[in-house]
Amino acid sequence: MTTDLASTTPPAGTPPARPRRRSGRWPWFSGTVMVLFAFCGAFGALVSPHDPNKVDLSQSLKPPVFAGGSTSYLLGTDQLGRDVLSRLLAGAQVSFLVAAGAVLIAGAFGLLIALLAGYLGGRLDTVLTRVADASMAFPVVLLAIVIVAIYGKGVTVVILVLVVAGWPQYARVLRSEVIRIRHQDFVTMARIMGGSRFWAITRHVVPNLIPTLLVLATLQVGLAIIAEGSLSFLGIGVPPPAASWGNMLADGRTFLATAWWLPVVPGVALSITVLAANLLGDWLRHALDPATRR
Amino acid sequence: MLQITNLTTHYFFGGQVTPAARGVTLNLPKGSAMAIVGESGSGKSTVAMSVMRMIRPPIGDIAEGEIRIGGTDVTRATPRQMRELLRTQIGFVPQDPTTALDPLYTIRSQIVEAMPHVERARRDEVIVELLTSLGIVDAAARLKQHPHQFSGGMRQRVAIAIALAKEPQLLIADEPTTALDVTTQIGILRLLDRLRRERHLTTMFITHNIRVARLVCQDVAVMYGGVVVESGPLTVVADNPSHPYTRALLDASSLDVGPRQRLRAISGSPPSLTAMPPGCPFAPRCPSATDLCHQRMPATTRRPDGASYACWNPVTS
Repeated sequence: MTTDLASTTPPAGTPPARPRRRSGRWPWFSGTVMVLFAFCGAFGALVSPHDPNKVDLSQSLKPPVFAGGSTSYLLGTDQLGRDVLSRLLAGAQVSFLVAAGAVLIAGAFGLLIALLAGYLGGRLDTVLTRVADASMAFPVVLLAIVIVAIYGKGVTVVILVLVVAGWPQYARVLRSEVIRIRHQDFVTMARIMGGSRFWAITRHVVPNLIPTLLVLATLQVGLAIIAEGSLSFLGIGVPPPAASWGNMLADGRTFLATAWWLPVVPGVALSITVLAANLLGDWLRHALDPATRR
Repeated sequence: MLQITNLTTHYFFGGQVTPAARGVTLNLPKGSAMAIVGESGSGKSTVAMSVMRMIRPPIGDIAEGEIRIGGTDVTRATPRQMRELLRTQIGFVPQDPTTALDPLYTIRSQIVEAMPHVERARRDEVIVELLTSLGIVDAAARLKQHPHQFSGGMRQRVAIAIALAKEPQLLIADEPTTALDVTTQIGILRLLDRLRRERHLTTMFITHNIRVARLVCQDVAVMYGGVVVESGPLTVVADNPSHPYTRALLDASSLDVGPRQRLRAISGSPPSLTAMPPGCPFAPRCPSATDLCHQRMPATTRRPDGASYACWNPVTS
């Protein structure tokens, strides 16, 4: 991924027609990466050059093509002779599923709890807030071990762990936003104009929560991908031989001195994706706000 | 049109029952405009919110009395009936125009919400007409704009447009000009007065400035400590007040204060809602208070000129 910096500065001598707003958010970069990520997640298996799980010890630890390797293994091979590119594509599917699943489910659940606690208030608010606090105080890894002990390993279990660990983040931040928005006059006005409580929530409270929710969700996309990696790294994530970016990193770690591409390739993919997710969220937040839009 | 009889509204603060309006009786015939005047915490907004049934548990509740709008008793209306009434009959102009509009939606879509009765194809036309009559220039071009593109006075006009779009029978304005600068204030007040006359709107105008009320209203009710202390035709009450509080309020907003003269403020502060004296609420600050004033609430006395007051020792002019 290269960035053409020259295209963002107008050529010298010609006066700029109108001053270009420097957003610094690179929507084209983050958009492209996220689309590519989603595409690899959905159709990676179709474009994969090799079977990601095929072991061929005669081809083990081949370097990537740009480090002197052959073109048949573009990103090299691991210690068992499996194609790193194919495994990266297969891992993208796992990472995409985990990130999308965890963020959507935890976000929706957190939003629901935040609306109940923040809008209805009272004793329900106290109970829900305490439950969220208690969940946040519980260590994620311990939680993961417990859940894995009950349900076994797998992608859905990883998503479950991240949802259970992640929803209080949304619930807490969004609850305070709900309370802030609820006391704005336009929500009261909606009720005074004869709108139902449901109308006030869906028409005014939720849309005004979207910017906050977006920023939270895109931050959590990054965290979810990394968390999946951490769980796989600890051996309680996606079970081998299935590839995930996390277990590729974990397995490749021991080869850092001899075959650097094994940890570096999934690491770079992870970093770029997380960065793109965060930039995209930041850009979306500004693009959706009528006051900062153009 | 609007009849409030013996209204008592309570707030529930921290498990405590706090009366914010006590025995309020007001009568607004169709097409009339009444000002509710009083200091902060005098209960004037509580009365307005009670009329719209916006005070419900767990915040508070109407404890006693009757509020009739047209033929409906609001205190007995079901939530569904009440929403219908609010949607079709009551227009409300809020105090602060900066937060009354949702920043996410265009002006047009926020006004359209209040006019489901107008057929789709005619909506834009009706809105432009309404906004133009409210003094918004080039209204057609501004429909697609968002609230942040409007100034404070313009937003207040939009808020008024929303209140009027449903063609209400009753308009409740809660200090609609307090947040605006003086020149804009006059414009908005003249506008409200014109609209009332043109549309035979019954108007309830809440303000803390009795002089502002004069521009819009014929009747006045002066509230203090949750009680109506004096009411009647505005000119009669303003020229010849009976209650010492009305007198003090008029003096305090008097314009003929020369240089190096003290402003005639009312000493002390309004009583706390949680610790209301048993007698007249104004007694602790009243210059002519007697022992009786501190012990018993005075009954309402009618004057021959149409005004009435609740005081043991009325001001004689």
